[in-house]
Amino acid sequence: MEHLAILPILIPLLCGVLMLLPPISGQLSRQRSLSLAALGVLVLITLRLLLQAGSDEIEVYVLGDWQPPYGIVLVADRLSTLMLLLSSVLGFASMLYACAGDDRQGAYFHPLFMFQLMGINGAFLTGDIFNLFVFFEVLLIASYALLIHGGGKQKTRASVHYVVLNLVGSSIFLFALGILYGTLGTLNIADLAQKVSQLAPSEQAIASAGALMLLVVFGLKSAILPLQFWLPRTYSAASAPVAALFAILTKVGIYSILRVFTVIFGDDAGALAQIATPWLWPLAILTLIAATIGVLAASSLRQLIAQLVVLSVGTLLVGLAMARSEATGALLYYLVHSTLVCAGLFLLADMISQQRGKAEDRFVAARRMCQPVAIGIAFFIGALAIVGLPPFSGFVGKALLLKSTLLEGEAAWVYPAILFGGLAALIAMSRAGTTLFWHTSREPDSCDRVSRLQLAAVFLLLLTSPLLVIFGGPVSDFTYDTAEQLHGMSRSLHLLLPGGGS
Amino acid sequence: MEMAYALCVGILTTSGIFLTLRGRTFPVVVGLTLLSYAVNLFLFASGRLGIDDAAVLQAEATNYTDPLPQALVLTAIVIGFAMTAFAVILAMRARADLGNDHVDGRLPTITEESTAKEKP
Repeated sequence: MEHLAILPILIPLLCGVLMLLPPISGQLSRQRSLSLAALGVLVLITLRLLLQAGSDEIEVYVLGDWQPPYGIVLVADRLSTLMLLLSSVLGFASMLYACAGDDRQGAYFHPLFMFQLMGINGAFLTGDIFNLFVFFEVLLIASYALLIHGGGKQKTRASVHYVVLNLVGSSIFLFALGILYGTLGTLNIADLAQKVSQLAPSEQAIASAGALMLLVVFGLKSAILPLQFWLPRTYSAASAPVAALFAILTKVGIYSILRVFTVIFGDDAGALAQIATPWLWPLAILTLIAATIGVLAASSLRQLIAQLVVLSVGTLLVGLAMARSEATGALLYYLVHSTLVCAGLFLLADMISQQRGKAEDRFVAARRMCQPVAIGIAFFIGALAIVGLPPFSGFVGKALLLKSTLLEGEAAWVYPAILFGGLAALIAMSRAGTTLFWHTSREPDSCDRVSRLQLAAVFLLLLTSPLLVIFGGPVSDFTYDTAEQLHGMSRSLHLLLPGGGS
Repeated sequence: MEMAYALCVGILTTSGIFLTLRGRTFPVVVGLTLLSYAVNLFLFASGRLGIDDAAVLQAEATNYTDPLPQALVLTAIVIGFAMTAFAVILAMRARADLGNDHVDGRLPTITEESTAKEKP
């Protein structure tokens, strides 16, 4: 099974193309079964890759046998396979929800979804930063189309901002790549890591400018403070399965920061070591503060969840800023939890707004929901998990992260920011729950029941939270080993460069 | 030559950023296009500028140009072109859906004070 590593890119690509061809393109039911089958297979393959990477073996897939640093490589280590499994589980659940009717709102939903997943998987797997750019573009152009899918004023308005910002981001990304190639002469991540420590002093300033421009781009994708204003509107305008899939887009940014600023500009980068850390500290705390205010100010459930996404990004940034192996381990645990739970909540918000008629998901009194029990249980699990109360995974994630802070210096900033964020989330979620479930003006006149598929998708995502607690030991062991491997990578580059480098 | 080239990239970037910050979608799209031209030229120069060099590795050539930036530029041009096309269509769609061509989807309200200030 030496070709297993490329399948997470090939399967969505081929299925997406197949769905555009005659026997399948005409019928929605065929597209649905192909999508679900492909995503099911994808979950199994990524699980197999994860187990393979769990034996501390880094699989370097060399395309066309052009040895790195000259050819294109895919790297399946612990971190990439963990992210791959996360994206395929998320994709499967979102698709399950979409198959209940959201894919009927416009044409080509299924192929676009597949191309989006291909971009996400590619970004996680690639071993050089130019291909990271290419896969970013693949996932972005699919996300532009998915965002506007179904049409409507809200979506168009959100799309204009999202597209323009990301096009500017792509330009900055290319400038940064040009600078890094001009100074270091390579774009392979392992080769960059090797060369950055031997950089001449005259070129260090230029290379550091390139590195920080990369931070700006990844900051835009992952919604770090001055660049996060697009997120609430975009995520609350998108249709539910799309918003759920978008929950991983911010994490693609976090993943890229982790990869680039740990492996290339990490501890072993000579004069450029830990170049991002002085920037990440204030940005992390400010993002947390801004999101705390945003959470309290949100006036509808979708906006609230979008702000909670920003809050989780702030929490993850704290872990990034600490730039230590144990903090990264805690961060990865929290990343898995927050992606799945936020996605589940986006789907849940859509079910709630379906049942409340014209009031949708705004926090106003409206007719009673006709399935308050099933939806209420899901809301209860989701709210406790995202706020970070025991016995759910948010609590474990935050506790691990707080445990990894150093008591001198760091804790004074981190503790209040994260705990106040949690308190604000608790207040906002309980206010939301009270208004949505108990503040009813009349009985429902017609019952428009949510389908079993939709409920299954929501519970699939939300029940990962208790599962992450029950299997907390093995999962956190895995994430800590992942962090260990990632932080040690700059010292064991020969594993990634079979040809020995240039 | 380096100076002229750097000035070209600089002027294109400046104009691109200026236009991108405008309030209406048409200048923004033109600004994005200029920015992508600037990026393409910049990437091209990252392999160093040279005249009369061999295009690819030859046994007898002493100087050759770096072929990689040219491949990168080609990729960037294709992607940039597709993105520009999408941005144009989206801008037209926004004009049709929202009834105006402002990037926020609504024209900024002009208060009496600001119009009074503009008058001489």
